[in-house]
This record gives sequence, C-alpha cells and structure tokens, in this order.
Amino acid sequence: MTLNTQGRPSAAGTAEIRELPTISGDRGLDHEEPLIFELGRKGVTGVDLPETQVSQDRLGGQKRKAPIGLPGLSEPEVIRHYVRLSRMNYAIDSGLYPLGSCTMKHNPRLNEKMARLPGFADVHPLQPQKTIQGALELISELMRWLTVLTGMPAVAMSPKAGAHGELCGMLTIRAALEARGDRRKRVLVPSSAHGTNPATAAMAGFTVDEVPPKGDGHVDDEALKAKLGPDVAAIMLTNPNTCGLFEPHIKEMADAVHKAGGYFYCDGANFNAIAGRVRPGDLGVDAMHINLHKTFSTPHGGGGPGAGPVVLSKALAPFAPLPLLVHDEKGFRLIEDRGDLPEGAKPFGRMCAFHGQMGMFVRALAYMLSHGADGIRQASEDAVLSANYILASLKDVMSAPFGEGPCMHEALFDDTFLEETGVTTLDFAKAMIDEGYHPMTMYFPLVVHGAMLIEPTESESKESLDRFIHVLRTMAEEAKAGRTARFEGAPHLAPRRRLDETRAARAPVLRWKPKGLPHAAE
Amino acid sequence: MRYLPLTPDDRKAMLAKIGARDIDALFRDVPKSAVVSRAAFDLPDTKGELDVERALSHMAAKNVAAGSVPFFCGAGAYRHHVPAAVDHLIQRSEFLTSYTPYQPEIAQGTLQYLFEFQTQVALITGMEVANASLYDGSTATLEAVLMAQRITRRPKAILSGGLHPHYAETVETVAGLSGTVRRAPVTPGKAEDIASLIDDQTACVVVQSPDVFGLIRDLKPVADAAHAKGALLIAVVTEIVSLGLLEPPGAQGADIVAAEGQSIGVGLNFGGPYVGLFATREKFVRQMPGRLSGETVDAAGKRGYVLTLSTREQHIRREKATSNICTNSGLCCLAFTIHLSLLGEEGFTRLARLNHARASRLADRLTKVKGVSLVTPNFFNEFTIGMPRDAQGVADALADRGIVAGVRASRLMPHEPAVKNMLIVAATETNTDEDIDAFGKALAEVLS
Repeated sequence: MTLNTQGRPSAAGTAEIRELPTISGDRGLDHEEPLIFELGRKGVTGVDLPETQVSQDRLGGQKRKAPIGLPGLSEPEVIRHYVRLSRMNYAIDSGLYPLGSCTMKHNPRLNEKMARLPGFADVHPLQPQKTIQGALELISELMRWLTVLTGMPAVAMSPKAGAHGELCGMLTIRAALEARGDRRKRVLVPSSAHGTNPATAAMAGFTVDEVPPKGDGHVDDEALKAKLGPDVAAIMLTNPNTCGLFEPHIKEMADAVHKAGGYFYCDGANFNAIAGRVRPGDLGVDAMHINLHKTFSTPHGGGGPGAGPVVLSKALAPFAPLPLLVHDEKGFRLIEDRGDLPEGAKPFGRMCAFHGQMGMFVRALAYMLSHGADGIRQASEDAVLSANYILASLKDVMSAPFGEGPCMHEALFDDTFLEETGVTTLDFAKAMIDEGYHPMTMYFPLVVHGAMLIEPTESESKESLDRFIHVLRTMAEEAKAGRTARFEGAPHLAPRRRLDETRAARAPVLRWKPKGLPHAAE
Repeated sequence: MRYLPLTPDDRKAMLAKIGARDIDALFRDVPKSAVVSRAAFDLPDTKGELDVERALSHMAAKNVAAGSVPFFCGAGAYRHHVPAAVDHLIQRSEFLTSYTPYQPEIAQGTLQYLFEFQTQVALITGMEVANASLYDGSTATLEAVLMAQRITRRPKAILSGGLHPHYAETVETVAGLSGTVRRAPVTPGKAEDIASLIDDQTACVVVQSPDVFGLIRDLKPVADAAHAKGALLIAVVTEIVSLGLLEPPGAQGADIVAAEGQSIGVGLNFGGPYVGLFATREKFVRQMPGRLSGETVDAAGKRGYVLTLSTREQHIRREKATSNICTNSGLCCLAFTIHLSLLGEEGFTRLARLNHARASRLADRLTKVKGVSLVTPNFFNEFTIGMPRDAQGVADALADRGIVAGVRASRLMPHEPAVKNMLIVAATETNTDEDIDAFGKALAEVLS
C-alpha cells in the first residue's frame, strides 16, 4: 500500500466493486430526490418580501378562505432540489442525442445571452409601439431571413410551435378556399406523416385521407394523384420525409394538387437537411412551418417552448392571421385589428394573444447571423453527410430498408437485423442508454417495422460519430451472436430501470396528495 | 464556423466511406432545377460572436425596457420580480438542452418537475388535476372550449365580455369552425348578465376573473347557472398571482381552469414564450389536451414518473387526438415551478397581498387627479380608470414624460366607443412609491 505523508492511503486499491446497498439510498453522485411537497415546512420561504397591511381590501368579498398547501423551503433547499433533479436528465450538452425528426443540435449560449438583454426580455407586448421599435425591427429582420431562405413571399410569425404552425397554415388554406366560395373538406396525408399532421387537419375542420407509401420509402405519388379531386383542399407532405428521404416527385405532386384546385402544405420539421441549398418556394409549397427549435437551434427545454412561423405563398399570403407587421416612413407598426388593415389583407383570425415567441425569435436570429447563409448551407450539408456516414457504416450489420441510395439528414433502420435474436427495437434502444447514449427515435415512422431513426445533426465531430458507430456495430454483432444479456431489461445503469407505463395509465396518479387523501382512480 | 466540428479532411474521409463523389451526390433526389447556389440568398456570411452581439444589442437598445421607467402595463402580461435562482437553474444544460421526456429512464428530472408543476397548478387553482402545460393562456382557453364541446357534445361557447379580447379572438378562430362562439356585451366595471344567454345548446361559459378591466368576478352564480343547463364553466385567469389572495376557481364551481402562468418565473418577453396552465376535474382527464406526467414504479420497484395517458395524444391517436399539440412550454413550466417553490405558501400569499396593496395605493393616488374615476370598484393588482379625454392621447403624452402608464382599452377593443377614455393600469411589487407618485403627478399635468 502506498501512503502519502499524512499516512493516508493514496492508491486506488484493488477492492472488489460490489453492489452494496448504501445507508442513505443515494449512490455517490447519484442522489434520490423526494418530491418538493415531501420537503419543506410551514412558515419558511425562499423569497423575502415585505408584509403589507391593507386596512380594507377591495376584493369584493372574494378573498381566499382555505390555505393552498404549498410547502415552504429556503433558497438553498430549492436550489439543491432542482440541481439534483437536473442530474437525472440526459442532454445534448452531455452527449450525442440522435433523435430522428427532432434535430437535437448544439444550442449556442450566445443566443441565451441575447434573449436576456432587457430590451428584449423586459418589454411588454402592449407597451406603446414607439417604445418597442427595436423589437419590431428584430422580428422584421427574422422575417426577411425566413422568406429569403425559403423563397416564399410572406411569413406569419405568431404560431407558438410546430403543430401550432401547422394549424395556422391549414387555417390559411381554409380561408383561401372560403374566399373563393369553395368548401373542400378532404386533406391527403401520407401514412408516414408526423401525428400532428392528421391531428391538425382534423382540428382545422378537414377530413383526413391517408396516402400509402411506395416500397422505396417515398410517398406513392401515383396513388396521391389518383386521390386528387374537386373535394381535396390540400396535401400535407413532409419533405424531406420521415423516412429521411427527399421526395423526388415533389414538384409533380405540387403541380397536380394545384391543377386540382388544392394547396400544398409542407411540414418543415426536416428543413435542417436542405436549408441554404433548396428553397421550398421553388418546389411549389404554399405553406410551411419552420420549427425554430429544430433548424434554428432554440433549445428544446425538456419539451418546449418552441416557435413555428409559417411561410406562405403569394396565393395564401393575404389570409395570414393577425397581428401583421408593417414598415413605413413612420417606422414599424403592428396591426392588431381588422379595422386597420393594409390593402388586400384578409386575415383569417388570430392564433394567440400578442405577437409570437419573441424569446425564440431572438435566439433564432442570433443563430442565423452567426452562421450566415454560407454557414447555414454548410450546416445542412454536414447534417446530411453525417447521417449518410452513419448509414454507410452500419447498413452491413443493421438493416436499412431504404439504404441503397443516400439519405438526407437522418438514417432509417428497421428491426430485420434483430430477427430471431429475441432482441426488440425497444431493447436495442434501451441498451444504448447503458452505453451513454440517448436512444434514437424508435417505432416511428410507422411505415417500417420496428423503426430506428437516427439524426446525428451537424453538431458531432467525426470522432464522436466513429465512437457512436463502433458502439452500435458492436451491439448489433452481440445481438446476432446470441449474447443478449445486455439487452434484457435494459437499461441497467440509468437513474431508473424500465418504468411500468401500464400501471401509470391504468390507475393514473397525476399529482401529489397529502397522505390520507385517496386518489380518485384507486 | 465555430459551431461545426467537421474539418474539410473529415468531410473527404466521410464521403469516401459513403462512396460519394461529392456532397452534391447526396442530394441526388432533389430536382436539379430546385438546387440553388449560395448566391441565390441575399443574406450575409458567417459572423463572430462579437459582431452578432453588437448587431442585436443595437436593436435591443431601441426598446424601452420595463425596468427602466415607471411601468404599469398589464392586460394579460405582468411585470414581476423573478428571483435570480430561477434563471440560473433553468439554464442548466440538463434542463435546457434535453428533449421531451420520451425515455423516462434518463429524463426523471424533467418528468418529476412536470409532476410537481401539475400538482402546484392543481393546488393554486383548487382543481383536481392539471396537465404539463399548453403554449399560453389564450391557447389554453381555446383548448378548454374545444374540450367542453367534446364533453357536452354541444356546439355553443359563450364568452364573457370581460374575457381578454385576444383570448376571445383566439377562441373564435378555431372553436367557431365546428361550433358557434357568442360574445356577451362588454360592461366595464360590472358583471354582465351571462346566465340569460345559456341554453340547451351551450357547451360552456367562459369567464375571466379578474377580468380584462381588472374587475373580480363572482364565479359561483355563473357556475350554478351553467350547471343547471348542463353546460360547463371555464374560468380564465390571466394574472395567476391573484390566486394567492382570491378564492380559487375550483372552489367556485369551475369545471376547467385555463390560465396564463407568465407572472411566475417567466418574465415579459414581449409576449412569448409564456406558459399555459390547464386544470380540470379528474372525471374529465381523458378528454384533456396536452402531456401528463404520472407516477409509477420501475422494474426494481423504485418510484418514478412517465408520460402517461398518451392515447389522447396526436402521436398515437392522430386525427382522433384531443389536440394537435406536441411541443409545449416545458422550460417555462420549470421556471414557474422553481419560482413557486421558492415562494412557498408564505411567499406566494404575501406576494399577492403586496400586489393588492400596491394597486390600492395607485388607485387612491390616481383617483385624486381631477376628472379621473375608478371604473372597477373591486380589483386585485389591476384596475381601469376613466378619464375626461381619449386614453390614447393621454398614454402617449405620459410615454413622452417617461411613464409607461398602462394599456388603453381601445387598443384591445377598438370597436367599443364606451371604452375610448379608459386606461387599464396594473401595479405589482416592482412599482415603488416614487413610481406611483410620478404617475399621479404626470397624469395631473397631462389632464390639466
């Protein structure tokens, strides 16, 4: 044994590592953490505020009668609680996050800093317009970038996320149809579409008609054309599609739907493959939402917030919702009411209160200015290159249903390579967690069996991609060789083992309750 | 470009592995006519951090930040002090740069805070269950109306005249497609007779309290009238701090609560991102829109959380889903949850009392000005004043004197001549006695 000068052993030792239960229940850096409601006590607060006396309240007899039941904690307790929770999360900043369809790219910190400038973060949506000219200028500049990058003449900025943008686009189409006295109701949606597409079409009052895929992962353009008719309001296509492929017949499909009197809605979730190289406006698109939280790097934040501006063709532009932003000799001006419309504007309504996701706009513009048009083009190329590199490096050991040709920014595999191994897509994905990776998107798109959709984005170095490829290759080889212990019940090394989702849904417990109060479902 | 790790040599080696001649070969499915060059984009090239910071700071400097002047705007967005710990915690990488928690084994941090958020929202609204957020208060109100239409299988929604007009327009835009939306008359400072509008085709009545003028509404009689006809009461709250002092909608018979959570933790952000709060009764949970985090156990028997009841949602149910929502307001939920945890019962109720006291002081000060009357006899931290002149001119003159005085009612309701001389004014813990005096003095000058 080596001893240092204080007589304290300094060598690592050779002690066998055992799964000793600890006294605390915590394990080294891994802490278990109770709910905030199980911590704290009465009369403590983490915010010092003066007590006030109002001699007579003016609450009209509506004063709260019972206490709320919130726990009281000091600031250090609250900070420790949420820091401990944070450590149970995987994040892009800590590792490759290959979730297909989600574009988990690097989130630059400059964007966070810019969004927090008081001139953007601390301005009210209804303060006098002459006091927010810089905010309107920023929105106007972002609109310019979006319209130039997409080759579309107009953009509606207020939608708050991708699905909200879809709704905005479909309502614009509805308004355009109604303006010409047309009450078309049918919308064609490929079976490979994101679930938001059919859900949005239904929410906008349309009926959904599914278009099947072809055997090569593309939308069956002939089947789509055959379904067109005088009752078809629109087609909703994702391009590049959810199989990670560019639709080669996109313009023919656009022309066909236009000829039939309908419109072309494009789901822009996969814009990161083509930004700076291909303009949707050149493909015949009438409306497309842009997920600023995907292509333009605003952080996903554990599920939101996002932003989903919608670019619009000349035919749809007049129907964009309120508010509108105009620029004239007096400066920038928001038009919030129908009584004050510029010539030709026929807004279909309003998507939400105020003017959209300003905090996301600042971040997205910071991303755009940082990259420039050349950097955006390079980012798309690198995203496509990285996905193809993964496809080329894995397709001999995993099964790529459409792997003969190149893919766009995501590589799709199915579970054929796991046949007769007893390992499922779920097992394979969960075993990636033990290897330090977030799983890929699994079981989507629905058009291939046991789908595994890998989107590396442009943010990974070649060394990182090589390491990832090595891990997945080895896992695939292990599964095929019958060495399946690592897959059974995986993950083994995460903060939690597999969770019982059936139990969660059968008797839902959706909130904490004080002991003794039963849950209604029990 | 500093965000792109691949080197030219890496790219060459990767293309070689792929067996592609060049990058264009990977885009072979794109129609030739649709491939454009760099020159097609009239946009600048890559910029360093310093240049970007300079350009954006220049734009930011053209705005009057609320914290730099006496500031009294409300009407759906409120300026509150957010403790420093909130922004620090939400910027932790593990929260900021994670996706929707679809892999619960490595997303317990997100799932647990969502479960805590749901509990907090249920507690302060006095409801049984809450979801893991919608985009904002206005879209939450729309979703509540659509949910009421599904539950009752009735087409009609009746909106109080005191509902924020942006919210009313948001509801009309979508809920008016398959059903009908009727707006009750605007009655500043009074409750309208909404009960007489309810019939057997009515799915829901939507009442905001405090309403857009700041008036506190008694929801109980509306709930009783709605329930008597088989309709639901949707209560809307745009200033969530009010529930630290006011009777919660759940105790007054509300069936659904749709609220804006921006006041707690989120900040003004020129209107977004905000956080939509959505709560209801347990029996309606399967008709609820949006994500839900639920408690369960893992294979080793440890407590954990998962996204649950997903069969309501678009990724499973597609066109039959309860909503098309996917991305919600995750990080704003976290900000809300941390801020409310810091406040606790003691801090939250004290904050509410402080807001009411500030607003009372402001109301007393402004009504001392000749010609100014208080339109809303009851209020929480926001009220409406009537003036002898058009509020637009007054607000502009006050802005020229460096005071952002509130929101003129005519901006929100340009077609209501009765509100032309009214100003909607909010006061929070951020307004000092000096701010209030400055406002009073300047208003007296402008009106003299």
